[in-house]
Amino acid sequence: MASGITRDEVAHLARLARLAVSEEELELFAGQLDLILQSVSRIQQVAAADIPPTSHAVPLTNVLRNDEVRPSLPPHAVLAAAPAAEDDRFRVPRILDEEA
Amino acid sequence: MDLIELSAASLGEAVATGETSAVEVAQAHLDRIHAVDGALGAFLHVDADGALAAAKEVDDRIAAGEKLGPLAGVPLALKDVIVTEGIPTTCGSRILEGWIPPYDATIVRRMREAGIVILGKTNMDEFAMGSSTENSGYHPAHNPWDVTRIPGGSSGGSSAAVSGYEAPLAIGTDTGGSIRQPAAVTGVVGHKPTYGGVSRYGLIAFSSSLDQAGPLARTVLDAALLHEVIGGHDPCDSTSIDAAVPALAAAARAGAAADLAGLRVGVVRELSGEGYQQGVLDSFQSTVDLLRELGAEVVEVSCPHFDYALPAYYLIAPSECSSNLARFDAMRYGLRAGDDGVRGLEEVMSLTREAGFGPEVKRRVILGTYALSSGYYDAYYGQAQKVRTLISRDFAAAYEQADVLVSPTTPFVAFKLGERTADPMAMYINDLCTLPASLSGVPAISVPCGLSTTDSDVPLPVGLQVMAPALADDRCYRVAAAVEAALDARRGRPFMSDAPALEGAK
Repeated sequence: MASGITRDEVAHLARLARLAVSEEELELFAGQLDLILQSVSRIQQVAAADIPPTSHAVPLTNVLRNDEVRPSLPPHAVLAAAPAAEDDRFRVPRILDEEA
Repeated sequence: MDLIELSAASLGEAVATGETSAVEVAQAHLDRIHAVDGALGAFLHVDADGALAAAKEVDDRIAAGEKLGPLAGVPLALKDVIVTEGIPTTCGSRILEGWIPPYDATIVRRMREAGIVILGKTNMDEFAMGSSTENSGYHPAHNPWDVTRIPGGSSGGSSAAVSGYEAPLAIGTDTGGSIRQPAAVTGVVGHKPTYGGVSRYGLIAFSSSLDQAGPLARTVLDAALLHEVIGGHDPCDSTSIDAAVPALAAAARAGAAADLAGLRVGVVRELSGEGYQQGVLDSFQSTVDLLRELGAEVVEVSCPHFDYALPAYYLIAPSECSSNLARFDAMRYGLRAGDDGVRGLEEVMSLTREAGFGPEVKRRVILGTYALSSGYYDAYYGQAQKVRTLISRDFAAAYEQADVLVSPTTPFVAFKLGERTADPMAMYINDLCTLPASLSGVPAISVPCGLSTTDSDVPLPVGLQVMAPALADDRCYRVAAAVEAALDARRGRPFMSDAPALEGAK
């Protein structure tokens, strides 16, 4: 597969990743990411069609615990770190657009 | 002898016997930090009051006749990627500036219970992404051997603190080499445990399938003692291995007899040659000769897929980070930017992440988002996971011929600050030798093995990497201790005694 990443693609990816990148960053990152991608694309030379993927270094099994109530952090301890809190809850910006 | 020059093992003994007090030891190290950290930049936060209070508690417990562990009263520098209740934790990022976590990581709890005195939080590349600590959102850290050079990364604050005698012990974390490479370039010992050997509960995640916390120290025994405190099963981490930690301090003590008769050592052909500095290769070669003199049988092994560890890592780690760092959304903790009552949630989120993340974090988040996109997933992330399998198979084949594998820890000695910041790939190749063990989850240690005088105007440390099969961390400590003991005996003094005195120190 040919590698290569355009400035428009970087802008799209930044939007997906919720990064309000500047014009200068777009220019810089597009060039750098293109070089990085060219370099890591080397991985496609490895013949591995029939090789199983490894997602984790050790075999993972689902871990269950008994369904018992354990102490959790009190609300004030958690909300103390919040950027904004109101009525014992996180206060967040509006989540719907005007026209919605 | 000056308290700051003692090993952790000696300090623990001196505190236990009442020869000195934990408070005196803590104060001596806080004074040292005050004197030299302006030059080193190893700490992001020094918790003097907390350290002295913890030390006083150790002294009180000993006075009450309590029998504590071997590291009670010994100070430690903690990488700022580990959360600490009541102590600021930033992960080297502006997005967490001023965050005070409401809980302790499991390893912090274990260290506190063992009477270890936490001096403060150490500098690091933002979210542990980097090899020089120049990606810190606050300031770079400096190498005590030459303050114009990097102390490695991402655990560069921890390596600088131990190498600069600000603490005899430190915790680092290693995703692709972030304990071993900083240890190597600052002349100290650093061990990446078997994946799952040390709890990740309370370790701010970068690449969850690779992240592992481990010890840094000036001696192999000190590192082993600290590993024994933090290691072992934790029900709060679903990837934690439910098996006993091997006897690590005993392995280090056994290794110090410098007898490796019967041990088979594999030299990895793919981890040397072109692109490696001459001084690094010379030190490595003379250490391989030394291993032979100590009785080891040295064989060459080939691990052909190690050549693809770098591209595999730089697809897997950014992919996992792009997912893990989604939690920094400006809603529950950390920075929030642009919340003017008019802007919506998505815009506030995007503005916050733009303001709070540095360039390397943004690059990796974008790269990971790309590698996980539909249409590219199989060619990049999927292929990287298959190569990961092939690397593990190379290890398995090599361990049929050898008990441990060795290589240089890094291709080059500490470079100058600023030398590689413009080119991300030039920075990434720092991890060339450390990545295979990370991807395969096997343990690996770096121990000082020589000084290079050919690659710089000042002598700079070179590290030997010793890799072992999963769960055989004790082999790493045994071999590293043998090399350390033999080189100390040959030299007639410890490795670190050749480091220059720091400006501003008494």
